[in-house]
Amino acid sequence: MFTKFQKSFQTGVVTSHYPKEKDYAPLRFRGRIEIDNERCKQCNVCVEVCPTNAYTWIEDKGKRSLQLDHAKCVFCGMCEDACSYRAIRITNDFELAAIHKDDLLVKAGLDKTASVEELGLKLREKIFSVFRRSLHVREVDAGSCNGCEWEVVALYNSPVHDLQRFGIDIVSSPRHADCLLVTGPPTRNLETALIKTYHSTPEPKMVIALGACACSGGIFSNCYATKNGIDNVVPVDVYIPGCPPRPQAIIYGFLLALERIDK
Amino acid sequence: MENHRQLCITELTNQFKDTVIITKSFLENEIYISTKKENLLDVCVYIRGTLHASLSSMIGNDERSLNGNFRIYYVFSMLRADMFLIVHIPVSEDHPEFPSITTKIPAAHWYEREIKDMFGLEPVGHPDPSTLVLHGNMPDKTYPLRKDFDINTHIPLQESKLPFFKVEGEGVFEIPVGPIHAGIIEPGHFRFSAVGDSIYYLDAKLFYTHKGTEKLFETMPYTKGLFLAERICGVCAASHATGYCQAIEKVAGVEIPPRAKFIRTIILELERLYNHIGDVGNICTGAAFLLGSAHGFRIRERIQQLNETICGNRYLRGMVTIGGVRFDIDDDLKKHILTTLSHVKKDFKELVNIIINSSSLLDRLETTGRLSTEIAKELGVVGVAARASGIATDTRLIHPYAAYNEVDFDISIFYYEGDVFARTKVRIDEVYQSMYIIEQCFDKIPEGPIKTSMKELPPYKQALSYVESPRGENIYWIMTAPNNMLYRYKIRSPSFCNWPSIPYTIPGNIVPDFPLINKSFELCYSCTDL
Repeated sequence: MFTKFQKSFQTGVVTSHYPKEKDYAPLRFRGRIEIDNERCKQCNVCVEVCPTNAYTWIEDKGKRSLQLDHAKCVFCGMCEDACSYRAIRITNDFELAAIHKDDLLVKAGLDKTASVEELGLKLREKIFSVFRRSLHVREVDAGSCNGCEWEVVALYNSPVHDLQRFGIDIVSSPRHADCLLVTGPPTRNLETALIKTYHSTPEPKMVIALGACACSGGIFSNCYATKNGIDNVVPVDVYIPGCPPRPQAIIYGFLLALERIDK
Repeated sequence: MENHRQLCITELTNQFKDTVIITKSFLENEIYISTKKENLLDVCVYIRGTLHASLSSMIGNDERSLNGNFRIYYVFSMLRADMFLIVHIPVSEDHPEFPSITTKIPAAHWYEREIKDMFGLEPVGHPDPSTLVLHGNMPDKTYPLRKDFDINTHIPLQESKLPFFKVEGEGVFEIPVGPIHAGIIEPGHFRFSAVGDSIYYLDAKLFYTHKGTEKLFETMPYTKGLFLAERICGVCAASHATGYCQAIEKVAGVEIPPRAKFIRTIILELERLYNHIGDVGNICTGAAFLLGSAHGFRIRERIQQLNETICGNRYLRGMVTIGGVRFDIDDDLKKHILTTLSHVKKDFKELVNIIINSSSLLDRLETTGRLSTEIAKELGVVGVAARASGIATDTRLIHPYAAYNEVDFDISIFYYEGDVFARTKVRIDEVYQSMYIIEQCFDKIPEGPIKTSMKELPPYKQALSYVESPRGENIYWIMTAPNNMLYRYKIRSPSFCNWPSIPYTIPGNIVPDFPLINKSFELCYSCTDL
């Protein structure tokens, strides 16, 4: 008994202070991708190397510009390595979650601040003010690789991130939940289970798509066994991209969903 | 090695004479043995019994465009030498049948059902040829891994037809669990037939997370396949990436720089570390010992933060690349890693001390979920579960790769109990060994480049690749196609061979012990379902 107490007291409080204090991801961390339109010579290399086809060309008023979809991105970093004009820069900003899928698009020529303002505007729509104080979440694995699951475990079971300090709790059944946190492309074999889970959750409810697979199908898209993103099966309220997203990025997504973030 | 290969070839030729054609692979440790359906069982039984080999993988391949037939490969790995014997038989499209070897070699049980689902070839004589991967929800005559099946085929959703084994009798009731679970775990469906609190029979249905991974590999160039390999499983990412890169490097005939080999070893051991420490914590969760669980997850988190510093991803994704590694470990980072590990070592030792001195916890762990050595051998169990059941097997020792033949380490060979506690002890021992390996790597690591350039992939070359992931032996079989594509990439994860053994460990235990037993095996669903 004594050793147990001793260990606990020696360890002390390990819980992180994110988001009260800003968390800085390590230098090598691959987060938000920025495209410099001036430097882009439209050589198409990034489109070719991207394993998930996250880069596309868009035509606007006769001008051709590059567009990246963070929902599809698996943050492998190949585009930055391949771009010889240094037009693509991977930052270590991990706060990527968005309420609208379009907010996950990075368009060359459109700077970041503009899209953040847009995000702020949409936030004011106040859709889910019901859940502001406490949120009960059911995590649903719709065929993920287990990476996102372990990040949720790290959030919930590990004392370092301690999700419960935000009043967010993970419950055992969808019938007790306000919110479904769904991971995976989803797979064909789990489609029925996901739909049944969605219908078992009482109204009002919301759905958070966690990870690249849930947001768009990610690297498993366009396959006989998967659907390209869970929004093809159930309606989604918040998208948290990343492969897998860091625990802090998931916290950011939750707080965004609860409108607790002032932008 | 060459002597040993010659010895095997001579023995096989003497035994089977004209019924087999033996070809040497361009790789030193592989022998391909071509035979016919009629002789298959004899050859397999001889290799397994007399030559002391175990069935490591079975690969179906649609080679109709090359030679008009399907082909099934049976990979046997020798237990006492770094040698693989690969028996293969042709199966024609007109007679899509092959003899089942399950009755003689039970380890083939799931492979044959998988081949039936994915290629439409019938294992004749299989005791339970029901659907495994596709859940019977596909239209008739739809076989995803056949070459004439387009990956984008839209298949309407049908109701699944999973057969369940039912136990009947007085007082027997059924408890269905999953596929959406109460905990934060992957999906699987379990049906317990219980009498009171004790489980009588467990029927486990998996393959819910089947994402068509093997088919996806065939549609992308090999450079992109690496990122898919990293995403086969979240927590075995470095192992799968290393396995993929080794396979590509073998067929392309590329030797990676020695520094890259050592960095890969360090990365693979870091993966083992965070998994094993997390698993020890998770086993405590399964026994409701929350103190141990909180400390386990806290230490795991520390290593994952270290991982993020080393390669920008908490799951070590994006570090291993074809031809070497992407990031170097400089002196500052080396110092940071070694300091963190020395803290972790002290921390973990204290945690272990608490665990093994907690009698209420040991009461849950000891004698729970016993896997006997015989069953483990018959089913071809690998990894931690095998070592806890008295089978001394470790790919790092038997088939060394990366820099494992240059470092010194021990594997657990003293545990025969096969219970949850034995599996916990194996993990605890391996944590210290992993740290020892990392320290040695830093002592021996040479200076030099970390990456070498790649050539074109030669078409239609075959090779095996193997990695000991935290869960056990991963085996990959690659066959290349023209234009830098892959013809077939077969992944056999340790979870695939360990899953069938879990139902044998359950009967006699109480229902609340199932999560604990499951956590002590700590098998991936995504690795298995692909």
